[in-house]
Amino acid sequence: MDMQVNDAVGQTATAGHAIKMRGEKVSVHYGEKQALFDVDHIVHDREVTALIGPSGCGKSTYIRCLNRMNDTIPICRVSGRITLDETDVYDPSVDVVELRARVGMVFQKPNPFPKSIFENVAYGPRIHGIAAGKSELDEIVTTSLQKAGLWDEVKDRLDEPGTGLSGGQQQRLCIARAIAVSPEVILMDEPCSALDPIATAKVEELIDELRENYAIVIVTHSMQQAARVSQRTAFFHLGHLVEEGRTDHIFTNPHDQRTQDYITGRFG
Amino acid sequence: MSDHIVRAYDEDLRDLAHRIAEMGGLAEHLVGEAVSALVARDTDRAHAVIAEDERIDDMHAEIEEKSTLLIAKRQPMALDLREIIAAIRISHDLERIGDLAKNVAKRTIAIDDEFRQKRLIFGVEHMAQLAMEQLKAVLDSYASHDDHAAGVVRARDEEVDAMYTSLFRELLTYMMEDPRNITLCTHLLFCAKNLERIGDHATNIAETVHYIITGERITESRTKKDLTSAVTADGIAQPDLSD
Ligand SMILES: Nc1ncnc2c1ncn2[C@@H]1O[C@H](COP(=O)(O)OP(=O)(O)OP(=O)(O)O)[C@@H](O)[C@H]1O
Ligand SMILES: [Mg+2]
Repeated sequence: MDMQVNDAVGQTATAGHAIKMRGEKVSVHYGEKQALFDVDHIVHDREVTALIGPSGCGKSTYIRCLNRMNDTIPICRVSGRITLDETDVYDPSVDVVELRARVGMVFQKPNPFPKSIFENVAYGPRIHGIAAGKSELDEIVTTSLQKAGLWDEVKDRLDEPGTGLSGGQQQRLCIARAIAVSPEVILMDEPCSALDPIATAKVEELIDELRENYAIVIVTHSMQQAARVSQRTAFFHLGHLVEEGRTDHIFTNPHDQRTQDYITGRFG
Repeated sequence: MSDHIVRAYDEDLRDLAHRIAEMGGLAEHLVGEAVSALVARDTDRAHAVIAEDERIDDMHAEIEEKSTLLIAKRQPMALDLREIIAAIRISHDLERIGDLAKNVAKRTIAIDDEFRQKRLIFGVEHMAQLAMEQLKAVLDSYASHDDHAAGVVRARDEEVDAMYTSLFRELLTYMMEDPRNITLCTHLLFCAKNLERIGDHATNIAETVHYIITGERITESRTKKDLTSAVTADGIAQPDLSD
């Protein structure tokens, strides 16, 4: 399709940043039902990529392919190729636990463990053997909470349960938890859908800061959020990646009629 | 283009386009009246133009307000966003056109009617015709979202500019022929300049229409054909006539 040729050109031409992940002809089936069709897509390092599209179009399905979260769904079958720094993430030699540390994920509903704030963040580094000792672990927890913009709010109550925080704080705790294992890519599936505007603004501010060090992929139903936080936007429709390009371009002058109709609120 | 899921959004956008059309109609009317008043030396008509210009200013303010509200309420994207930005820009151009028509009307009132020489006004009348054609054509291109028609308007702006330059020479000649023509010709020169600028605003609108339809801005710098600064009488460079 000529659309895809355009996109490929656009991606290389505007890519100020190296390719971090690449999906090639990614198709996904749930049993007999195909949910994704030959998706070709690139995630650039140190950029925020927004995935948008109507409900059921395959955004979550695609984002879950990137760190093999779909492996946990028995009827789910993924074909095509997904690479992280040129390595095929579906290669049998890949350690999935390690992959998920490199490609971290933040979910729609904040899901802190029923443990202390400290333990929520310390858990990952501990199981991955990242911290050499107690003081190093303390250090990681502190910096992760700082990077997640939560430190000032929780530093005096690290022993209290993570579940006792507000929704927005819980979400930033989950981001701190993802950061603690030094990931390279952070996937976020509708991270703000349960948050109020202030908490949302804080998470968006955080995403903007994290972009300096990570590649970020965010699924969102808010066009405004996609426009605010991302540098690139991919529009999915009925399992197809219809259009991908620079965010400012997608939201002012998209190529495809379906993209135009969706972002202007003409079909849902 | 299909309709929005939220029907009131379509109504808001239609209302905005309708207001632009109405304002455009009024601007056209004012330019026509200002020129007729000038040709007929009808000061009553000129006063009416000045009074009516206030309507245009009000419409401009209303369109700005509606557009701001629409942006806040609907958070428009893509084509919708361009439509709204375009409405703001076009209403600004139309407001300026209203002011320029008003300037012509003021000149009409100021002109001392001692020298009723029809031939002196002929050129200005001719130029006014062209400027009004441009304005009408561009408003039609906006109403019908016709990029080609807008392109024709852009291309024709050179004609307005060329006509202005030749009119400038002509009026200069009249002044040299008979110094008693100087006052009238100076007023006419300013009127011609106002008409030339009305042509420029029509071209701005044409560029905006192109932006609505394609999402692209015209990048090529518009060839500015105001060569009057190169026209000299006895080697004296002429000042730019900005009213
Ligand atoms: N675990 C599953 N088992 C079976 N089908 C699934 C499963 N998860 C997703 N699907 C199907 O795959 C398609 C894509 O779903 P997906 O969750 O990726 O969409 P989405 O774009 O994330 O939608 P939403 O915006 O509602 O989150 C849908 O038709 C959905 O019904
Ligand atoms: Mg989803």
